[in-house]
Amino acid sequence: MSQRTSIEQATVEIKTSNKGVFPYRFEYNPHKKTNSFIVPIVSTIVALILCAIFIVINGMNPLTVYGKMVQGAFGSSFGISETLLKATPLLLCALGVGIAYRISIWNIGAEGQFILGAIGATAVTIFLPNLPGPLYIPLMVVAGIIFGGLWGLFTAIPRTYFRVNELITSLMLNYVALLLLDYLVFEPWRDPEGFNFPGTPLFTPFQMLATIGGTRLNQGLIIAVVAVSVFTFLLAKTKWGYELRLLGANPTAAAYSGIKVNKHILLVMMISGGLAGLAGSIEVSGVAHRLMYGISPGYGYTAIIVAWLAKLNPFAMIFTSIFIGGLIVGGYSVQTIGLPSSMSLMLQGAILLCLIAGEMLSKFRLRKATGEE
Amino acid sequence: MDTAIILMSAAISAGTPLLFAVLGGILNEKVGVINLGTEGIMLIGAVTSCIVFLQTENLFLTFLAALLASAGLGLIHAFVCISLRANQIVSGLAITLFGTGFSAYLGKSVAGSALPVSVPKIELSWLEPIPFIGRVFGNLDIFSWLCIFVAIVMYFYMYKTSWGLHLKAVGDSPSTSDVMGVSVDGYRYFHVILGSMLMGLSGFYLIMVYSPNWIEGMTAGRGWIAIALIIFARWNPLYALACAYFFGGLDALGFRFQLLEVAIPSYFLKMIPYIATIIVLMFVGWKNRHKPPIEPKALGVPYFREQRF
Repeated sequence: MSQRTSIEQATVEIKTSNKGVFPYRFEYNPHKKTNSFIVPIVSTIVALILCAIFIVINGMNPLTVYGKMVQGAFGSSFGISETLLKATPLLLCALGVGIAYRISIWNIGAEGQFILGAIGATAVTIFLPNLPGPLYIPLMVVAGIIFGGLWGLFTAIPRTYFRVNELITSLMLNYVALLLLDYLVFEPWRDPEGFNFPGTPLFTPFQMLATIGGTRLNQGLIIAVVAVSVFTFLLAKTKWGYELRLLGANPTAAAYSGIKVNKHILLVMMISGGLAGLAGSIEVSGVAHRLMYGISPGYGYTAIIVAWLAKLNPFAMIFTSIFIGGLIVGGYSVQTIGLPSSMSLMLQGAILLCLIAGEMLSKFRLRKATGEE
Repeated sequence: MDTAIILMSAAISAGTPLLFAVLGGILNEKVGVINLGTEGIMLIGAVTSCIVFLQTENLFLTFLAALLASAGLGLIHAFVCISLRANQIVSGLAITLFGTGFSAYLGKSVAGSALPVSVPKIELSWLEPIPFIGRVFGNLDIFSWLCIFVAIVMYFYMYKTSWGLHLKAVGDSPSTSDVMGVSVDGYRYFHVILGSMLMGLSGFYLIMVYSPNWIEGMTAGRGWIAIALIIFARWNPLYALACAYFFGGLDALGFRFQLLEVAIPSYFLKMIPYIATIIVLMFVGWKNRHKPPIEPKALGVPYFREQRF
């Protein structure tokens, strides 16, 4: 009798010990549907709080810093137009990288493709100085797209025919593009009357995009929004869009069903590069009005976050690009209180990290441990 | 002869930061975790070293600080990739972005100040009589030797011990290792953090020995070249030794050409390492096009014990 009781006691003890100190367990369910808006918003807030901790450690008041950023980005009509001005290239580049990410092509070369687009557009103004005026803008835009697209193709060809990881190629090409830009603006294309300023001469009015209202905003914004609509349509309604979605969901199945994977990769990388190149040509013809040193403050890298924050959804990219554009403009305005503008880069990294962590975390659920496992 | 010696010495000093980063990357990838945060971790390692050294002027403390800071970033990457099973590529990119931004933020106050550092060198007088090697290796700093030492130790660890076998198993087939009683998450955490520490040392070397002066983004893509070199070195620490010095040599070669005042503008010479990386990878890919890939089979795939196949 007494023996039995001790066995029962032992069983009870095992059951409780199975529950552990913490009577709940995390369960991971990869198929769990999550709310598509809450995760990015919560992740962004968490990232802001985490960065606030770093700012406090550095002896600053995070509320002042963030307040300054918001005020700089959205506090005045000048701030808002600057934000939209930054959002335009971000949106186009994000659309480009997003379409590549859909089929798991990790293009992180938007920066280089953007620079090549800018170089292409400028090449038109330099090598064809005497064209009839109205021809310039279309030619510059096309040249930008072609240059960017070809630069994208340089990434795609090693990937398809030589099995080289596109991450590395696209990134190496960024550095090559940057050095090429430096060479052009410091040596052959430098403005002889520019007081040693590393840039080409200012464009003529025919080579500039028309502005909207009295602001620095230009037609590029409209081009970007049109591009988003076109891509949403293409992805949702055409055979090509369907094949792309299939390729993204299951490449093996897509290959067996007769979809030419290599052809798709080449085409997508050209489009991806072309969109970044378009952004580059808009930047020179609409904003800078010349090719100059440091034409891109890292749009190509930032676009990666814009695309992920929007979960690769083209329409959502409009909002995320405005948000991140605001972050960049806000980053400039914190320079007045003695912080580097790379503050915004740090915030971007933190947001991206929190976002992917949050997305996975939302697939876990806390469940009371039953103790019967 | 003199030129060859100078070039070889330059190759070693330019190749050592690459080698640290490549070795770190190999440890990461061997357990099946892609770490694209190399560039960011290197920058954080460099800026931490710079700040700590300016405060304490103690080389050993600086060394520890660089290890600690990079281990922290490695822990974040490990947690996100291993415990949360998020996309490793995006996580690595985020680490790089964060590291670049955060290092610039931290380094704002120390930018441009030269470090009064003198790294102890090891003089090997018995090497003197040997013509070429004596001149190149006779007077190396301790961290270059440390790097070579780490590479050799890693080789024996990976290929000659049972832990190395577990390491390979975890990277190739985590479910099998799990059944065999090897802790997959444990191995992954340990090696991702250890690998990140080596990447941090790469930053440490860069600022303590290579150019003792903090500049924003001073790694200039070395982290990415290191990631490419992992493939070139076929995940083998000893091959990595040769590859890193070869690429260090290319870097130095560009610099030498500049001094010789060749007609090529310096911008194009600076492109050499980047373009060489692409060409070398294309060559490796073409040569092995009919062979099965040799990368760890579970590379980039998060392990989930309860996964149904």
